[in-house]
Amino acid sequence: MSFLIDSGIMVTSQVLFFGFGWLFFMRKLFKDYEVRQYVVQVVFSVTFAFSCTMFELIIFEILGVLNSSSRYFHWKLNLCVILLVLVFMVPFYIGYFIVSNIRLLHRQRLLFACVVWLTFMYFFWKLGDPFPILSPKHGILSIEQLISRVGVIGVTLMALLSGFGAVNCPYTYMSYFLRNVTDADILALERRLLQTIDMIISKKKRMAMAHRTMFQRGEVHNKPTGFWGIIKSVTTSAPGSENLSLIQQEVDALEELSRQLFLETADLHATKERIEYSKTFQGKYFNFLGYFFSIYCVWKIFMATINIVFDRVGKTDPVTRGIEITVNYLGIQFDVKFWSQHISFILVGIIIVTSIRGLLITLTKFFYAISSSKSSNVIVLLLAQIMGMYFVSSVLLIRMSMPPEYRTIITEVLGELQFNFYHRWFDVIFLVSFSTFTPFTSTKMSSSSSPAASAGPPFSICKHRL
Amino acid sequence: HGVGKSSLVHLLCQNQVLGNPSWTVGCSVDVRIHDYKEGTPEEKTYYIELWDVGGSVGSASSVKSTRAVFYNSVNGIILVHDLTNKKSSQNLYRWSLEALNRDVAPTGVLVTNGDYDREQFADNQIPLLVIGTKLDQIPETKRNEVLTRTAFLAEDFNAEEINLDCTNPRYLAAGSSNAVKLSRFFDKVIEKRYLSRDGNQIPGFPDRKRFGGGTLKSLHYD
Repeated sequence: MSFLIDSGIMVTSQVLFFGFGWLFFMRKLFKDYEVRQYVVQVVFSVTFAFSCTMFELIIFEILGVLNSSSRYFHWKLNLCVILLVLVFMVPFYIGYFIVSNIRLLHRQRLLFACVVWLTFMYFFWKLGDPFPILSPKHGILSIEQLISRVGVIGVTLMALLSGFGAVNCPYTYMSYFLRNVTDADILALERRLLQTIDMIISKKKRMAMAHRTMFQRGEVHNKPTGFWGIIKSVTTSAPGSENLSLIQQEVDALEELSRQLFLETADLHATKERIEYSKTFQGKYFNFLGYFFSIYCVWKIFMATINIVFDRVGKTDPVTRGIEITVNYLGIQFDVKFWSQHISFILVGIIIVTSIRGLLITLTKFFYAISSSKSSNVIVLLLAQIMGMYFVSSVLLIRMSMPPEYRTIITEVLGELQFNFYHRWFDVIFLVSFSTFTPFTSTKMSSSSSPAASAGPPFSICKHRL
Repeated sequence: HGVGKSSLVHLLCQNQVLGNPSWTVGCSVDVRIHDYKEGTPEEKTYYIELWDVGGSVGSASSVKSTRAVFYNSVNGIILVHDLTNKKSSQNLYRWSLEALNRDVAPTGVLVTNGDYDREQFADNQIPLLVIGTKLDQIPETKRNEVLTRTAFLAEDFNAEEINLDCTNPRYLAAGSSNAVKLSRFFDKVIEKRYLSRDGNQIPGFPDRKRFGGGTLKSLHYD
């Protein structure tokens, strides 16, 4: 009986998550595009719903809500569904929509979609070879096979995003890095931009006139090449004799310059807005937080380096360690079990919420940047895939942050994975991405024309940690 | 974005199809030579500058502030939308307001919230033209429905409308109704700019038209 009630609760929450994913899709992602294929929206919302359910189950685990056997059942069920979606459905639809875009293959869409999917499966399977993630006693079709590979991809993504966030965070937050921009600067730059465009216009006028004169004389070719062209250019003094290709080159250079100037001007406007924002209360608050986050990022990097260098993986989670420290060193006695449950709930809850929020915001920005009306379906599906893998590996890694008594269910459900490997892998990729992004950002900082990161909600990428 | 403004501008100015359309950053300009009152004794040749302003209507406010510099003294506006994407036509209202209002506050976005307000268009002196692109991608069955919708749209703006496919020059072939509409639009723009005509025969008067946004706006500027 209690199983039914539990299932009812689970299903309701899943429907809620599905609705949230649907709304997010409509309002945020696709707000400039028409949704013509509802399949895409459904697939996205389903992925989102099942990912969130996993997090919900973790929270239930900590809080002790619901029956433990029904929790276990739902874990398994959820996991199976999400793996099915991530490995079968989404890649297949990605292939299908890519193929639909190519006009040649339009007729046999299904066939080619299957071909694409098979290729994906092949590479997906091959992914498992170089990594020591499986013990040989697992069967071919076991869940562990799929999860381990999904985990690898997801952990790589997470580490990349975290590394990027660690670099970007201090730069975006702290007003220390803001250059001083005055209105006069902006006006001067705008004037230059308009002047450049005026120059482009005058050159194009000359070209247009030249084309027209040549056209009226019966010459259809653009360039005065060829025997007669040269003869005519020698004997006439009309604009058609000008070296059009030379003007075209000048125009190209000027257009490139105008693009640069435009970007610089936009950057100056953005910086000016950030300066004004930093003077408000909200701005000061975020600035303050920025310092904390920078320190935190530095600590993370330090820890990652130590982990790699000394070849160790932390055995205890922060909650237990914190409690140990307070009990042992500070002599404060309190009910360990009670507090550890609540603190880990809060900690894990914060991690989950900020991960989800951060990921969604990043995905939205990414989507705006690269999508067009043709490729929007494919890109959204790719994002759904990334999101699913990200969340699955979040579950993998979150195990580390929980006290041992709550870890058991994850270990049970996910099977015998080499969790240590994933943590090690995360640290490696984190360091790699951090060291790759640092030179980029430092050149961005030092050069005077830095294309600004969009002034979006500051917390977006920083919270990608686990 | 991605409605085909650059292809359209290229078609209008070079009478050729744009071979490799790519993302427009900032503003790209092109020039068209237009015969005002073609075929009549008062025929005169003018340059028309077409400013193609890229970006989307939901861009960051810093980009909007930068775009605002292009909207000064505009002589005409061409609003371009994608026939296969309803949202792009809905965005046209916001685009036109952005261009017409012209007083984009540096940290704000638009003066109004983008809703359509007939009053604003009633006393608008700047000639408007609405162009729908990617006509070839609409299947025959849906064409009527789409064309009715765009007719309403053009009526809202008190503007003419043209629907075409930028990869096919025959839509603007000489003598076709589209070409006539286009010609009339450019004539109106030139008239608005020059209330009295000078007797200048040599093409030398620049009229700027701006194309903006995910929808094209062509703003005339002198």
